[in-house]
Order: sequence, then C-alpha cells, then structure tokens
Amino acid sequence: MSEKKSNLPALIGIVILFLFIILLENIRSFIPGLPMIFDPMSPLFTVLKKAAVYSLVAVSMNLLNGFTGLFSLGQAGFMLLGAYTYAILTVPSAMKDQVYYLFGGCAFQFSLVDFFQGIFGSAGAGYAVGLILSCLIAIILAGVVAGFFAFLIGFPVLRLKSDYLAIATLGFAEILRAIFQWQTLGPVTNGANMIKGFPTFTSFNITGAGGQVVLRLSTFVPFLITTVCIAIIVLLINSSYGRAFKSIRDDEIAAEAMGIRLFSHKMLSFVISSFFAGVGGAMFAMYVANAQAKAFTSTMTYEILLIVVIGGIGSVSGSVLATFLYVACSEWWLRFLDSEQYIGSFKVPLLRNGFRMVVFSVVIMIIVLFFSQGIMGNREIDLNAIFTGKKRRSGSQGK
Amino acid sequence: MKRIIAVMLTGIMTLSLAACSSAGSAASAGGGASSGGDVIRIGVFEPSTGDSASGGKKEILGMQYANSETPTVEAGGKTYKVELVYADNGSSADKAPSAASELVGKDVSLVLGSYGSGVSMAGGPKFEEAGLAAIGVTCTNPNVTAGNDYYFRICFLDNFQADVLANFAIEKFSAKKAYCLGENGNEYDQGLVAFFTQVFEAAGGEVISDSFPTNNSDFTSYLNKAKSEGADVIFTPVSIAYAKQIMEQAASLDIGIPFLGSDTLDDNMVLEATKDTNLQLFVSTFYQEGGSETFDKGIKDYINNNSDALTANGGNDTISAVTAMGYDAYYVALEAIKAAGSGDKAQIKGAIPSVKWDGVSGSIAFDEVGDAVRDTAYIKTADTSTGTWAFEKVQTGSGK
Amino acid sequence: MEYAISVLLSGISVGGQYALIAIGYTLVYGILRLINFAHGDVFMVAGLMGIYFTAVLPISLSLPLVIILTVLLGFTIERVAYKPLRDAPRMSVMISAIGVSYLLQNTATYVTGGQPMTYPTIPFLSGTVNVAGTQTKWVVILTPILVLTLVVLLSLLINRTKVGMAMRAVSKDFETSRLMGIRINSVISVTFIIGSALAAVGSVLFFTNYPAITPMAGAMPGLKAFVAAVFGGIGSIPGAVIGAFIIGICETIIKGLPSSWDVSVFSDAFTFALLILILVFKPQGLFGEAATDKV
Repeated sequence: MSEKKSNLPALIGIVILFLFIILLENIRSFIPGLPMIFDPMSPLFTVLKKAAVYSLVAVSMNLLNGFTGLFSLGQAGFMLLGAYTYAILTVPSAMKDQVYYLFGGCAFQFSLVDFFQGIFGSAGAGYAVGLILSCLIAIILAGVVAGFFAFLIGFPVLRLKSDYLAIATLGFAEILRAIFQWQTLGPVTNGANMIKGFPTFTSFNITGAGGQVVLRLSTFVPFLITTVCIAIIVLLINSSYGRAFKSIRDDEIAAEAMGIRLFSHKMLSFVISSFFAGVGGAMFAMYVANAQAKAFTSTMTYEILLIVVIGGIGSVSGSVLATFLYVACSEWWLRFLDSEQYIGSFKVPLLRNGFRMVVFSVVIMIIVLFFSQGIMGNREIDLNAIFTGKKRRSGSQGK
Repeated sequence: MKRIIAVMLTGIMTLSLAACSSAGSAASAGGGASSGGDVIRIGVFEPSTGDSASGGKKEILGMQYANSETPTVEAGGKTYKVELVYADNGSSADKAPSAASELVGKDVSLVLGSYGSGVSMAGGPKFEEAGLAAIGVTCTNPNVTAGNDYYFRICFLDNFQADVLANFAIEKFSAKKAYCLGENGNEYDQGLVAFFTQVFEAAGGEVISDSFPTNNSDFTSYLNKAKSEGADVIFTPVSIAYAKQIMEQAASLDIGIPFLGSDTLDDNMVLEATKDTNLQLFVSTFYQEGGSETFDKGIKDYINNNSDALTANGGNDTISAVTAMGYDAYYVALEAIKAAGSGDKAQIKGAIPSVKWDGVSGSIAFDEVGDAVRDTAYIKTADTSTGTWAFEKVQTGSGK
Repeated sequence: MEYAISVLLSGISVGGQYALIAIGYTLVYGILRLINFAHGDVFMVAGLMGIYFTAVLPISLSLPLVIILTVLLGFTIERVAYKPLRDAPRMSVMISAIGVSYLLQNTATYVTGGQPMTYPTIPFLSGTVNVAGTQTKWVVILTPILVLTLVVLLSLLINRTKVGMAMRAVSKDFETSRLMGIRINSVISVTFIIGSALAAVGSVLFFTNYPAITPMAGAMPGLKAFVAAVFGGIGSIPGAVIGAFIIGICETIIKGLPSSWDVSVFSDAFTFALLILILVFKPQGLFGEAATDKV
C-alpha cells in the first residue's frame, strides 16, 4: 500500500456515472418517442433512487458488521433519528400547522428552509442556494443526531459480545420507535402522523418559469450524496483507522495486544456508521416524501443486513451492487410474480399475491447457504485497475 | 467502472423486461377486447399484502365487480375498454412509492386507492409528480388530499367520522366516560382518537385513552382497565386484525360495555368474532347492506360465483362498506373519463372536481380541497345471534 | 382489587406462553450459541397449521398432527439452514436464522393471503371460568400449571437421562464433547425437536387465548421470549420460565397502569430496556453461569 496511487481514474469514472444518470433522467425530454421506461416517473428511476439511498445504509452497516466485526441490528433506529431530524428541521413554517394538525401546530417553529430563504430570497438562484444549503445542513445534522445517540448508546452496549450486541441494538431501535410514536411528544414528532411537506429529491428538479421541469436532478441528487458519503467511508476504511477496525474484526485479543484501544475504536466505528445511517435515514425521508416512525421496523434492518450479506460482508462495492440488485428485484423485476400470468393460454400456477416475496426469500436463503461469501466476498471492484488496465493486488482486504 | 457497466446492464435488462411486459399486456388486452383497439387503464393502488391486505382486497373486489358490470366507457365519441392495472403497495410507506411508479410506468390514466391513509400519503407525491390524478376510496386522513392537488377522495374524513361516533355515543348511551384504544404509531387510529376526544370532551364527557404497541396480542389488561374505570363506551378505531382480537377477548371477559368502531371494523371478520357473544358493537361506515338492492344482489352473485373473490372477501358474502366504496370509485372514475372525453391524464385530472355521481354509498361530489362532500354516515350494529350487520341509524355530525 | 386480579391473571397467562417459547430459545442458545430468530415464526406456523387442520380433521387428531409437523419443521430448519453452517462464523448462522424467519413470514403471507386467520375454539380450553369476580378462559389457568409440569419433566430429562447428559456436555464445550464421541448432530436435533414441540404446545395455548393469527404474530412473542431467556440466564430452563413470567407480568402491569400516566405504549419498550439493563449489569442473567473467555 506504500505506492502512491492516483485516484484520478476513479474520479473520472464517478463523473461519467453522474453525467450518465443526468442524461438518463432527462433523455425523454430530448427524444420524446422513447419507451415508457425512460419516463422520469417510471419504476426505473424509483428503483435507482431507493437503491441509492439503501446502498449508503448498507455500506454504513457493512462498516460496522463487515469491517469492524460488530454485529449491530440498530440501523433502522438510527435511520429513524436521521429522518425525523431532517424532517423537523426542514418543514417550512407555513406547512407546520397543516402537518401538525392534531397538535395545533408544531412546538418547534424554526425551519432551515425558511431561514435560508430569508437570507437568499425565495425565488430564482437565491431559492436554489437556500434549498441546497438547508438540505445539506439538515442532512448533516441528521447524521450528527444519529451519531450522538450512537455515542450515548455505545457506552453500555459496545461492551457486549456479538449476538448480545445484536439483540441490544435491536432493542434500542424498538425503544426509539416507541418514543417517536408517543402521542405525548406529538408537538415535536407529530406522534403517529407522518411529517411531510419538506423538500424531497423532486424539489431539486430545475423548473422553468411556468413550473415545467427544465432539468431533472431528482435521481442525480441521491447518487451524489451517496457517492460522497461512500467515498468518505472508503477513505476511512483505507486509513489507519480502517486497518485497526479490521484487526478488531479478525482478532480482538490480538488487536488489543498490538496496542489498539478496543473500546474507542469500536465506538468510533459505531458512531461513524450511525452517522451515515442517519444521513441515509434523511435521504429515505426525502425518497418517500414523509417521515413516519412506523416505517423503521426491525424488518427494515433485516432487509439491509441481507443486502450486506448478499453483497459480501466486508466489501463496499459488493454492498452497493447488491443493493441495486436487491431493490430492483424486490420492487420491480419480480413484481410480475404477484399477478396471474399467461404464457399463451396456459395459466402459470402459484402466481398470486405474495409469491414474489416467497421466491425472493428462497433466493436469499440459497445465497446465505451456498454462497455465504456473497457476490464479492471481501474483494472490491477496483476502479483504477479497470481504467488503467492493470490489475493491482487488492489491498489488505484478505485475512 | 464495473458499477457503470452494472448500471448499463441494469438498463438493458430493464428494457427487455419492459418490452416483455408491455408485449404481454398488449397481447392480453388484444385478446380480451372484442371491440378491439382502444384501452383506458385505471390503476388500482391497493395493499394486497401486509396489515391492510384484508381491507385492500375487499376494496379491489368492488372495483372488479364494477369493471365486470361496465367494462367499457364512451368518451369523446369513442368506446374504450377499461382495464384495471394493479400494484400492491404492501401496506407500507416504503413500498408505496415504487408501487405508485409501477402504475405510472404502466401508463394508467388515473388511479384508485388506497385503503389506508399512510400509503396514500406516501404514494401521493409520485402521482402528483407524474401529473396523475388519484381518487382515494377509503383513506380518511385529512393530510391525504391537503397539499396535494392531484389527490381526491370519495369518502368522509377522520374528523367527521369521529364527530359522528362521539355524537352517537352521547345520544344513544348518554355516555359520560369513554375509553379509547388505538395502535401506537398508527395515524389512522390516533387521528380518530384525537378527534373523538375533542368532540366528546367539548360535550362535557371524559375520555381515557391508551395506545397499544404494534403486534400486540393481549388486550385483556386494556379491556379490564376500561371496565374498572367505569367507561360507558369503548372506542376502538383499530385495523381489522386487532379489532378481531379485541372482540374475541372482550367476549371471554364478559365486558358488558358497548364498543364503537370506525369504518375499518365494518368487516366480516370482525363480525364473525362477535357472533354468539353478548357484545354490543356499533360501527360507522360508508354503506349499509340493503342500501341498494341491485348492487347487493349483483355483488353477492359475483362473489359466490368466483372462488378468488370469495377468498378475498374472507370466505362469505357479507358486503363490506369498502367494497361498495370501491364500486362507487370505479364509476366516479368512469364519469371523470367521460367528462374528460379521452384517456388523457391531464384532462381527467381537470374533469374530476366537477364530477357528480349518485353511488350506492350516497351522492358524491368534491369540494375545493378534493374531498367528498358528505354529511352523513351510517351506523350499524352487529347482530350477534345471526352474525350479520343490522342498520342502526343515519347519523350526522355535530355540524362543526 | 378485582382489577388487580385481572391484570395479574393476564400477566400469568402471557408469561406462561412466553415461557413455552423461551424454553426453545434457551435450549438452542445453550447448545449452539445461536439466537434462533425463526423460533417465533415456527410458533406462528404451528398456529396456522392448527387452523388448517382443524378445518378438515377433528381436534383430537389435528392437535397431535400439529405437534408432529411442527417438530418436523423445526428439525428440517435445523438440518437445512443451520447444520451446513456449523463451522461458519456465528454471524452467518444468525443471518441464516433471520433468512428462515423471513421465509416463513413471507410464505405465511402467501398462504393466508395476508388476511388475519381465526384460531378455532378448542372445547374446554376456550371455556370461561370465574376467578375472584373476574371472568377468564380456562387456558389462562391451565397454562402456568402445564408450564410447571413441563419444566419438571424437562429438568428430569436433562439431569437424569443420557441424552440430557449429552446436551449438558455439548453446551459446556462443543468441541470437546465432539471429541468425546458424542454425536453432536443428533443432540442438536433432539434440542430442536424439544423446542419445536414446546412451541407447538405454546401455539395452541397462545392462540386459544388470542385467536387472530397474522404472519407477524410470532415475531413479537419470539423476541420477548428471547429476552425472557436472557433474563433468566441463557441455558437455564427454570431461569427462562421465571424470566418469562416476570416479563409477562411486568408487561401487563405497565399496560394496566392508569391511562393518565400515558406509559402503556412502552410495554414493549420496557421489555427491551430490561434486556439492555441485564446485559450490561448481569450478562449471565438470574441463573446463568458466568462465561469465561478463553484466549
């Protein structure tokens, strides 16, 4: 790892990816005759958005479970914190009475969106700057709140061993959910009701004077945020901290003997992972255009865990790849299994509602049992190697 | 780079799949349409899995029956075949956006649904973005239509329903003390409880309310509490599975306090739970069996002659109000298509606000928010000896 | 007073049902060090089988059939999903357990069509009885008695028989007992068979009392039973049972607290808070043995 390597090819690759996404999203406004699939509202883009959001959460979970060896099942809880932080901070004051209609308005009147609109104006470029700043700050704060809670929770639970840690973090997520659904806190959390009306991915579409969309960026934005966050995680993994995390995963006692402070490193990994889960939660809120505690169940955590497993525990690119496959399959490609299908006049048996999820869980079991390494194992897709055409020895990922 | 390749591959696979599915649907449409050619697709955005599956399926049933009754629509001098396109929103807010875009991707002209307000609110922004009008059938939360120009609904709202029930409790039982029980974190339950509390307390009553955690099964503590607190009525606006549990447990406890329920309790599974017990259950609902003889007969025949429909209806032919609402929603949709003169989604959206329709559940018109103008609800009670619903009265709200 | 008795009665019945599931958890965990996430779902499937069988068979036939098939299900799950991963990291086995749980839930959704199903009334068990002015079902009274009987029988099995001795040996030291010629796989199978049989019995009692079954019906009781097992000290059967009763009673007391306190929503959260407190302050639980780390 001593050789100085250039990250330029990777950067170029990412830029090309971004341009491709923007092009894909807008292609139907240049060439209207293209099939429905290129319609910006088609399932393709919904899947891309959701997968972009989930891949960040999956990578953040992988950082903890795959790279540090801490089996935590609290991801949904931290996403919940992020989603609510983002939502509460960005709902415009004008919307608050409507959203919090059961509680006669919100106890927390401040809104970042209004604040920045007050500074930059509420139209044109000023509006855009205000929107970007308010969302950016809200997303970062979402991560900070999740990270802070992780810090508090970490003191008791990080002393626990593998499966006890899992069940304790799962418990924390459930407790958080109960607290956020509590009607008594309604003036802040809106109780059981969803918070809505805040800026979503769609708000980033650039519209012309008549309200028609000039340039769509609603798929690009989640890709941008996720890419930046994952890049930070990758840099962290490749740093000395990352090597310390991996040594803890491989052998705690040996790592301690080598002078790695176990607790503080575990805490660091836990807080960082939760930070990005919080960011992911904020993005999830943007994706579904609402924040409601009901969505953040342990089932969600399990889903993300399964994604991580399918991608390969200990592989960032595996997690990303697996997320796109998982989301596309579960939300889109396998949907036909849920309705009656005919091949010619032959009615395919078994197909009815719910069959999709059965097939899906069987596939997952097959992967877990027979391909326990997942798609990538603990290898990575090396962007640089692909660009420069030479195969570099994959770093210190192997055991 | 592989990631890019993966994305591209994804795109290619997508295209091929999309081609397959569109070819498939075209084939089936071509095979079915006798007049050939023009088809208008109506999206059905309903849960068929998850907590609300039971209600969603019954609502779909109404639409399917209406579709079998009137499979074509005449608009702008042309006869179109109407095709229902389904997307399962899984009763969960995180699955709803993709189900919504599934419908958008299938090029539907307008959307009906959903049972459950949460999923409607999660799908709403997608429809709005796509410029697709949606007609909510039984989503009663005020926030479904508020702030969304493209969402309409043909049912009454939570605050109206709670108002009706609170008034009914006061008029019928002279209730002074009410015990409310809802699921923690469920906006439907909590919204109704909150509105009920407002009205009931304004009328000088006292309300005790509790929330139970999701997936709870033991309700005996709550019911015993209601009893020991001396409540005059118990208000349980909960989803079907919980309502069933509560009724069964109340029967074994010999609770002796009348239950009030919202439209979700108007379900034959709940009804079954009250059979051969001494429970008193009153529910407010959109439709009372017997309201329209022809509809009742038609739908019963439809259910009994179709095993899938029978399963979806819970194994018997008791008509749920949501089925009647689904039926009406379909006709409102047809009216909108007629008024628009084509299957164009923008024109349909523009036509909906002025649509008026005399449905089996009463006359339907829209106000400026997109909500149905309704001032009455039916109250019916469970006849525990025969296991059927008996009509109690038509109840109006307090007018507030 | 009447109210206090009714709350206590609910607590005891809830606790008894958790206990039957918790025994399965504690046995499996004691031997495999695996949180068998699918156990709660096995319990749910047993309930569904009860519904489908009683629809076509008389109850006297269908209940034994439910128990036999549940045992078979538990045995199959172990053979298919856990045995191949015997030497894999613990995390993989746990993920496999989560996968099985996911599969069972989704299959149940598919089979039932997502509708809540009604458990049949079982003569006698469903009958009502009056205890100190509170009406309740017979099953509520019978559950704790049945649980205690089962605990005694199981303790005899574990402490007095050869299989029991093997189970104790395996839970003490997996590798060594393998070297000593104990057939690990059959011991583990026996554990799963006992656990599943108890889950089947538990399902009959639980769903007689709370007759609506949804695909998610097993998840919560399952998690709580696990907490009970941890509370009592994992691996200890009396511990799991006492833990289950404590959790069941605490939970119903919280639900029964005056509504004006507005804490009844935290009955589940309380269980998890209790779990975390125990894990932090007394990880070996009430009756568990302190584990020592070997380097």
